Amino acid sequence: MEHTHIISVLVLNNPGVLQRIAGLFTRRWYNISSITVGATDSPNIARMTIVVKGDDKVLEQVVKQLNKLVEVIKVSDLDDKKCVERELCLIKVYAPTESSKSQVIQYANIFRGKIVDLSSESLTVEITGDVDKINAFIDLVKPLGIKEMARTGLTALMRGPKILKSKKS
Amino acid sequence: MKGAEAMIKALEAEKVNILFGYPGGALLPFYDALYDSDFIHILTRHEQAAAHAADGYARASGEVGVCIGTSGPGATNLVTGVATAYADSSPIVALTGQVPTKLIGNDAFQEIDALGLFMPIVKHNFQIRKTEEIPETFRAAFEIAKTGRPGPVHIDLPKDIQEMELDLDKHPIPSKINLVGYKPTTIGHPRQIKKAVNLILMAKRPVIIAGGGVNIANATVELMKFAELTNIPVCTTLMGKGSFPEEHPLALGMVGMHGTKAANYCVSESDVLIAIGCRFSDRITGDIKSFAPHAKIIHIDIDPAEIGKNVKVEVPIVGDAKIVLKDILIHFLKKDILPNKKWIEYVASLKKSSIPKMDYDDTPIKPQRIVKELMDVINDLNLNKNSIITTDVGQNQMWMAHYFKSCAPRSFLSSGGLGTMGFGFPAAIGAKIAKPDSKVICVSGDGGFMMNCQELGTIADYQIPVVICLFDNRTLGMVYQWQNLYYGKRQCSVNFGDTPDFVKLAESFGIKALRISKPGEIKEALREAIVSDEPYLLDFIIDPAEALSMVPPGGKLTNIIEPVREHPNEKVICFDEIKRRFLAKKEETTSKNIKLNEQAEPETADTSN
Repeated sequence: MEHTHIISVLVLNNPGVLQRIAGLFTRRWYNISSITVGATDSPNIARMTIVVKGDDKVLEQVVKQLNKLVEVIKVSDLDDKKCVERELCLIKVYAPTESSKSQVIQYANIFRGKIVDLSSESLTVEITGDVDKINAFIDLVKPLGIKEMARTGLTALMRGPKILKSKKS
Repeated sequence: MKGAEAMIKALEAEKVNILFGYPGGALLPFYDALYDSDFIHILTRHEQAAAHAADGYARASGEVGVCIGTSGPGATNLVTGVATAYADSSPIVALTGQVPTKLIGNDAFQEIDALGLFMPIVKHNFQIRKTEEIPETFRAAFEIAKTGRPGPVHIDLPKDIQEMELDLDKHPIPSKINLVGYKPTTIGHPRQIKKAVNLILMAKRPVIIAGGGVNIANATVELMKFAELTNIPVCTTLMGKGSFPEEHPLALGMVGMHGTKAANYCVSESDVLIAIGCRFSDRITGDIKSFAPHAKIIHIDIDPAEIGKNVKVEVPIVGDAKIVLKDILIHFLKKDILPNKKWIEYVASLKKSSIPKMDYDDTPIKPQRIVKELMDVINDLNLNKNSIITTDVGQNQMWMAHYFKSCAPRSFLSSGGLGTMGFGFPAAIGAKIAKPDSKVICVSGDGGFMMNCQELGTIADYQIPVVICLFDNRTLGMVYQWQNLYYGKRQCSVNFGDTPDFVKLAESFGIKALRISKPGEIKEALREAIVSDEPYLLDFIIDPAEALSMVPPGGKLTNIIEPVREHPNEKVICFDEIKRRFLAKKEETTSKNIKLNEQAEPETADTSN
């Protein structure tokens, strides 16, 4: 059965590593929903969070194929119940009137978002949370008119003291 | 010292003393450093051949083969050879020149994104951006290429990096390297091994499939001991040929699409299948659902990603074939094993009933006859352990794989995974250089041979005594066979016509050559060529109608069908529609031109008057 899986990958921060991983997914037709890359506490190691759709067999292959890459240090399939997951989204909402502006601000407050920019006809809201929360906010402001939007994709860490160690499984 | 000299030193540290390559602008500093080294450099006539030769060298010897090409087209020409090595897990290191670092990204002359180009077809690749990276990068490249599941590694070498200075005392070549992301598992898990042993002990109809991994791990001795101790019959994949002597009473031959009846039936009827170093490709399994339907599968492979990828596995064992087999053997040495007599007898009777006919007297020659004579000559000259066969791809390959009995590991070299036409001949060059005391015989179709026939120059120049046996039917036989079978005999673009004269072609390079068109002449020609110890080309004119029995793609392994053996026998210039159309059009244009000329002539005559 198809599931969405969050895969956390520690990689060596070498030139071309992103291409290597992206290429693997393209070639083998693995279905990526999102991919994020960023620094870790160690300067030569980066963390990628990949959200991938597929059944258990596909997921097993994704993990094994990732592990085969020389620049991949550790791969872990994060159980979504036991991890903290966040995405950040910036939304520029059409709000030409005072009333529409205050409505957006009200919505943002409820969702613990922040107003990060303001102009005569628009408001930019920063909102952070899991995917469902962001989707809910987007649905809410859609009738007002979304001028532009940027989502970062999901990033995640395991709950508790456990960490991804630099040793291959 | 200069970066290029450091690279040479790094190669020397890996005990490399031979390179297959082709120079170019971005490699000038490297070749200049080569001038002062003790390296042998085989200048091939095309970079693709350099890569295949390095691959052949690696397959024959188990050592890393090294090929080199310049930036841009040099790199793109290497691609096919490197991809071939990747598909068959062959350890090569491919070096490419690159434009100077200052020019990278500027679309400079002969610039190409070599790192991106090779990425999907190598185990790993590097681009050296600073001279200090040279020692570690070369060490890492060789380590990655030859350990674990071997494979090609590529290093991109910008021209200025080759020229810049490097202090090797400050940055010595490491003897060991720790790669955090690379830790191949070689020892099988004891619990899994125990499980496998128990399953084998309970088996009533066990069969072993030996894949390329057995050849790569040099595990032939262990495999033989295991098979003999347990009395389990062994079939091989194409890549596994030679890993178990095919003259052995337990040998079943090759399994799969063009497999032997014995192998295909035994696998289909087995209750326990012990697969060693094979990846259950579609050419082996046919229809996955009906593949070995009664069997519980024990899968031994060094690459965990291969286990469970194509077939469901009962006992997975990740590890090196040699080490795992040794560990399994220990368990059996302590036990009395009662072979299942019924199964052994059944296997023997199956083998006996499916001995193929090979001694055809027909003219044009049947390829089976050549394979038979080749085996006889090799036997007569006592070369069973001292000869290496390389094949090309297509019918020639499958005739050899099906009928030829390989008796030594690393003695049957063929492009299995990628199926690269043009592989056989240059691979033979590499094999001969790796094993100068072995006789190297390249069996190729005329089509595949034409793809790299320029290498006749290389073997002539360096006096590399490779024997080329052309199965010459002027036809792309495998495609033709499929068109006949599955596309209503609509033959399209599979016919080569009469050129070239391969004997004259070889002779123009100063290479001895013979054309053989009668079955009675085969043996003497083969003997003469093999004994001569000179480069030699034998042009066997074979029956273009001959084809292979096969399991239809995606079919059941026991459903072996006979091919359509039909070929326009009359001497027609072409028998395929596309070519006929082209030639007809040309004729039309020519006749039109003649008419125009005829009309023009009287006019000129008039003016002259």
